[in-house]
Amino acid sequence: MQLGRVVGRIWSSVKNPGLEAQRLLLVQPVKPDLSASGKIVICTDCTGAGTDEVVYWVRGREASVPFQPGEVPTDATIVGIVDELHVDANAVGKAERGRTSVS
Amino acid sequence: MQIGLVIGDLSATQKHVSHEGKTMLLVQPLGLDGSALGNPVVAVDGVKAGVGDRVLLVYDGFAAFTAAGLKQAPLDTAVIGVIDRVELFSAAPAGVSEALAPAGGVTAPKQQHKQKTP
Repeated sequence: MQLGRVVGRIWSSVKNPGLEAQRLLLVQPVKPDLSASGKIVICTDCTGAGTDEVVYWVRGREASVPFQPGEVPTDATIVGIVDELHVDANAVGKAERGRTSVS
Repeated sequence: MQIGLVIGDLSATQKHVSHEGKTMLLVQPLGLDGSALGNPVVAVDGVKAGVGDRVLLVYDGFAAFTAAGLKQAPLDTAVIGVIDRVELFSAAPAGVSEALAPAGGVTAPKQQHKQKTP
């Protein structure tokens, strides 16, 4: 799963019947410090996430699992709204140090 | 599978029901030299790993929800082991051994192993 922030929404009237009643949200992947990183993805949602919320999303085949037994053709789904993030500064530093010493 | 470093965790109230009672860890994927590889990911904890642990990460859905003890769930990443030691059999690329100490990376191969000639 990855962290992301909901930055928008997509409306579509002509679509696969499986996508009827599905909200399509634009999600910007973010790092643990909530800075943007990577391309925006379009996600279906099973949590009721709204604009600007920090979420975690799943990609691949498992993205359609929350909608079973329905058949929703999706490859990315928001599966949780993040309340709190705990990041250990020492542990991050450990990985960062590794990076700097190699270059 | 990949090596990762647990750097934190997250809590969520609104989430898929299958995630209830599961610990979600923030894991920084690492290279063999202990350097960070890409962005940290959210992984379900299958082994009770803690912050600061070097762990084994899987990126497959089936592996992830099986490790979490579920039949099927919207999970694509899981921590399935805590790494005690990594040993490279061939000569480490330049720079790797220097990076080992601070990052707690891989054990460098012993001198006599890589110098062996027939």
